[in-house]
Amino acid sequence: MLYYDILIIGGGPAGLAAAIEAKKNGVDKILVIERDRELGGILQQCIHNGFGLHIFKEELTGPEYAERFIKELQEFKIEYKLDTMVLDIREDRVVSAINTVDGFMSIKAGAIILAMGCRERTRGAINIAGTRPAGVFTAGTAQRFINMEGYMVGKKVVVLGSGDIGLIMARRMTLEGAEVLAVAELMPFSGGLTRNIVQCLEDFDIPLLLSHTVTEIRGKDRVEGVVIAKVDENRKPIPGTEKYFECDTLLLSVGLIPENEISKSGGIILDPVTSGPIVNEGMETNIEGIFACGNVVHVHDLVDFVTEESRRAGKNAARYIKKEVKNYGSMAKTKAGTGISYIVPQMIRGENIDRTLDLFMRVDDVYTDINMVITIDGKEIKRMKKRHLAPGEMEAIKIKKEDLIASESSVITVSLEKEGA
Amino acid sequence: MQGKEMICIVCPLGCRMKVSKNEGGYDIAGNKCLRGEDYGIKELTNPTRILTTTVKIKNGLLSRIPVKTKEPIPKSKIFQCMKVINSVEVEAPISVGDVVIKDICGTGIDIVVSRSMEESIN
Repeated sequence: MLYYDILIIGGGPAGLAAAIEAKKNGVDKILVIERDRELGGILQQCIHNGFGLHIFKEELTGPEYAERFIKELQEFKIEYKLDTMVLDIREDRVVSAINTVDGFMSIKAGAIILAMGCRERTRGAINIAGTRPAGVFTAGTAQRFINMEGYMVGKKVVVLGSGDIGLIMARRMTLEGAEVLAVAELMPFSGGLTRNIVQCLEDFDIPLLLSHTVTEIRGKDRVEGVVIAKVDENRKPIPGTEKYFECDTLLLSVGLIPENEISKSGGIILDPVTSGPIVNEGMETNIEGIFACGNVVHVHDLVDFVTEESRRAGKNAARYIKKEVKNYGSMAKTKAGTGISYIVPQMIRGENIDRTLDLFMRVDDVYTDINMVITIDGKEIKRMKKRHLAPGEMEAIKIKKEDLIASESSVITVSLEKEGA
Repeated sequence: MQGKEMICIVCPLGCRMKVSKNEGGYDIAGNKCLRGEDYGIKELTNPTRILTTTVKIKNGLLSRIPVKTKEPIPKSKIFQCMKVINSVEVEAPISVGDVVIKDICGTGIDIVVSRSMEESIN
């Protein structure tokens, strides 16, 4: 059996940052396992710019952002295996993996970091009626075909879902000569960043149909068209509002799900809201010595936040290896109050926090001029005025260690309160 | 001169603004800060964008390599630039930042590759 101090599953932005940070914190025997043909993950197909404003203070493209970390990983001589698939993990931290060079491997690890990222929701996940012709792609699949493999996926396109990938692909298809007829969005607001609505849709006069959805796909061998209908406040299509769009391609940008099949095999408990592992302040899951970071924990909108979170996972996995973790008793919990849909981390051991506790969260609706209030066991410790909050933009807040007067059974709640309430 | 309606993208607030020219300056309405004013005037007079796309590559791991304009180019020249970029082909090995096209369409801006790719024998 092979042995590594830290084994990292996934060589995307999360895995890369975690590996480098673990190395910087004094762990030498590290292995990164990646199933694709190269490191970098989905960043390699995200050729647009806008990455790195927080971490590098400049605007990079996805591949540029990835390359900085890949280079650092190689300079540190951290070992990695490409084209390698992890089959399962066990609670005693034995990982089974396979590739065509080494064959089947059993690897025992001192600590494991899960960094598998997320997967797109497909047509099957949202049950669109109609025939099953070619020409229905998730936006990310189309992105990989166009940007990496050099295949154009269609000429006349409708996009369902206005998440960032959908918006970016609407622009990308237009630049490469396709006609994008419309972007339909089920919700009354877009889940994408304002910057993308302006620069991907408005710049190219692509209509954004809010409160609309695709109710039918038509075509036998190839998509011939889709039916789009207006939806009511319960997101149900309104009869009589159907409109037919002749097109050969439908792109789906209808959400991402953390990819946790192998986490489940290791007995890791998932949060039903995030679909990712429940973690503590050090990004450790319910299984001692198994950590998780990046989109496998919760879907981020900025890679910079993935990097930050993954550095924390790498550092804490190194601490665990060096037996520097304090307090393995019970923990304080975080709780999503009014207006908040989830908070990561879910569990807190105050003694292990360096200077600040970082909480990541999403709100459940669009809010303007509202207060974000943090309480510990009902006692207010922080209040922040927010001019604009939207579910598409993750909120990150820092709580100073001094303010964190929490006992082991404390509940740290974040909620939204109207101005003057 | 007719005003232009736009959404400011300087911060996540996304103010809806109306920008128009008057004698000697500009009228801007709807913005909540000064940065919005600068953005509005720029969008009205000379909107620019970073253009990112791909070019063909020979002997690389992949058949396409991502490229970008080193600096923003005028928005009106995007499709003209795409035509020129789509006509070139590069060869691996190539390093991030290498210039593929100098001074694209008279903008004074270079097209550079945005990743490195080693030679790969297939």
